[in-house]
Amino acid sequence: MPRLHEPRTSCQLPYRVPYPVPLTPYPGPRPLYPVPCTLYPGSVLSAIQIDRLSHRYGERTALDEVSFSVAPGEIFGLLGPNGSGKTTMFRILSTLMRPTSGRAEIFGVDIGVDPGLARRSFGVVFQRPSVDPKLSVDENLTHHGRLYGMRGSELAQRCREMLDRVGLADRASDRVETLSGGLQRRVELAKGLLHSPRLLLLDEPSTGLDPGARREFNRHLLDLRDRDGVTIVLTTHYMEEAERCDRVGIMDEGRLARVDTPLALKESVGGDVVVVHSEDCAALGEKIRQRFGFDAAEVDGTLRIEQERGHELVRDLVEAFPDEIRTVTFGKPTLEDAFIHVTGRRLWESVEEAA
Amino acid sequence: MSQAQVERVSLTPVEQRTSNFGSVTTLWWREIIRFLRQRSRVTGAFAQPLVFWLLLGGGLNQSFQAPGAVEAGNYISYFFPGVIAMVLLFTAIFATIAVVEDRQGGFLQGVLVAPVSRFSIVLGQALGCTTLAVGQGVLFLLLAPLVGFPLSALGALIGVVVMILVGFGLASLGLVIAWRMDSTQGFHAIMNLLLLPMWMLSGAFFPAGGASSWLSWIMAINPLTYGVAALRRSLYVGATVPPEVAVLPEMAVSILVTAVFAAVMFAAAVRTVSTSGE
Repeated sequence: MPRLHEPRTSCQLPYRVPYPVPLTPYPGPRPLYPVPCTLYPGSVLSAIQIDRLSHRYGERTALDEVSFSVAPGEIFGLLGPNGSGKTTMFRILSTLMRPTSGRAEIFGVDIGVDPGLARRSFGVVFQRPSVDPKLSVDENLTHHGRLYGMRGSELAQRCREMLDRVGLADRASDRVETLSGGLQRRVELAKGLLHSPRLLLLDEPSTGLDPGARREFNRHLLDLRDRDGVTIVLTTHYMEEAERCDRVGIMDEGRLARVDTPLALKESVGGDVVVVHSEDCAALGEKIRQRFGFDAAEVDGTLRIEQERGHELVRDLVEAFPDEIRTVTFGKPTLEDAFIHVTGRRLWESVEEAA
Repeated sequence: MSQAQVERVSLTPVEQRTSNFGSVTTLWWREIIRFLRQRSRVTGAFAQPLVFWLLLGGGLNQSFQAPGAVEAGNYISYFFPGVIAMVLLFTAIFATIAVVEDRQGGFLQGVLVAPVSRFSIVLGQALGCTTLAVGQGVLFLLLAPLVGFPLSALGALIGVVVMILVGFGLASLGLVIAWRMDSTQGFHAIMNLLLLPMWMLSGAFFPAGGASSWLSWIMAINPLTYGVAALRRSLYVGATVPPEVAVLPEMAVSILVTAVFAAVMFAAAVRTVSTSGE
């Protein structure tokens, strides 16, 4: 398949062009003004293009001038704690809510101008179950297909296909309420994909799933990207889930703090991460500063030091302060370290603040 | 391709569909399937009005004398069309609670992000609810000849039409409320302060002639009064109209008011759904 545009970002995406690309004039009402796509110079064809999007609930700012774009065929994760604005972003993208200001485009369609047209090109998997537990798996899918104008044998065929795909063919006539949580989630996925959307939006897709079901679900997402070229945008607060995205946007207090590949985010931490547990962090931090000449960041009752050659630092630290240090851990930066590096906080720390 | 030109990948076959008819019928169908699968709801829907009618009607039978009526002892038949109105009202209430729950769960979110007009969503839901209400109402209406009403075929037909109009209006009213509510808890206040009084002051329970004058004014402006009047009159089509029915608004006026009420409520529901969440 031909490449449409070379991505201009520093990070190389594992990038496939999902559609043979016959470009036709935009069929709906034209957006008020065109916004050039930053990812693909000279084109506005990105799966999602967000431009200075803000949202306020009364006085509280939930989203603050967020801009980013998502390439077709990419898995894009919005990582952040509850209250960071990612759910607001999700609700705006899925056209359930209008932003206070700014604009958002899905495949070139301004969702503020023509939400009806935009809705045709994406499927949604909500955090809360959107299947009807009183209906059977098959009836749920049929109902969904009819909402999208499908019918008859084509619809039945497509339902069977999707159920095969998610491995639920033998449960088709069971009521959804009799299925386990993991299986219900797969029904959601089949439902979101029934009308062959080119973009799939998922809100906290692995919430409430056990690790096995979570891996299984993620495998389905990768399969979708690779086999069907579906663009996937998901919100998450699980590091493992963010790790599997092609790119991750870190959301913090309504702002998009950083967008990059998981690898680049981890590399941005710089060197190794040494975490010191101590009875008195403040005092120890001061001593470290005097002795070694750098600051140790105090995060959640621990001291964090990001440095090259961390293993040597561990040795030096333990030799210098054998009594003050309770434990030292040392490791290559994880995505969680990247999150702390960017926001200065632990993910779950801000989750607790929000709760 | 110039930057100023906004381009878009051509729509896939599925994306080109319009689905308004299909979505109305599928939403309608779902309301009915859901109802039939909840056995307690089915039983309750048929048993509750019967119990109400027999207990209240039977209990008040001898103590009640309609203004203008010659003798006491016909409350049980006075109350009969009132119970039909109650069936319509309670179905609307149940449907309303179901919509609030659908919104709290994700089901309606799934519908709202589909390329379906808000008009179709409201129409599908209102029709589903109306069908359930009228179905139960018809079953109750079939009892009418057995308990001594001179119900004619034409009367039954008019009765069903009136039930459809009243059911549709109440269902739409229920949707207006449901789409503005965040939880089912708050719904009890609405039910007790608005919906039940609306039914009690509709002439279903007692006639306007026997009420104090301010109450009878409220009854005159209550749209449901006209629905109940039309139902009551439909029971006597082609027969002698008893005096307590003769004082009610005329059939044509009643049906007109009921139809206007249904149309206004439906428009309000569409408006509510279109603006919700923005």
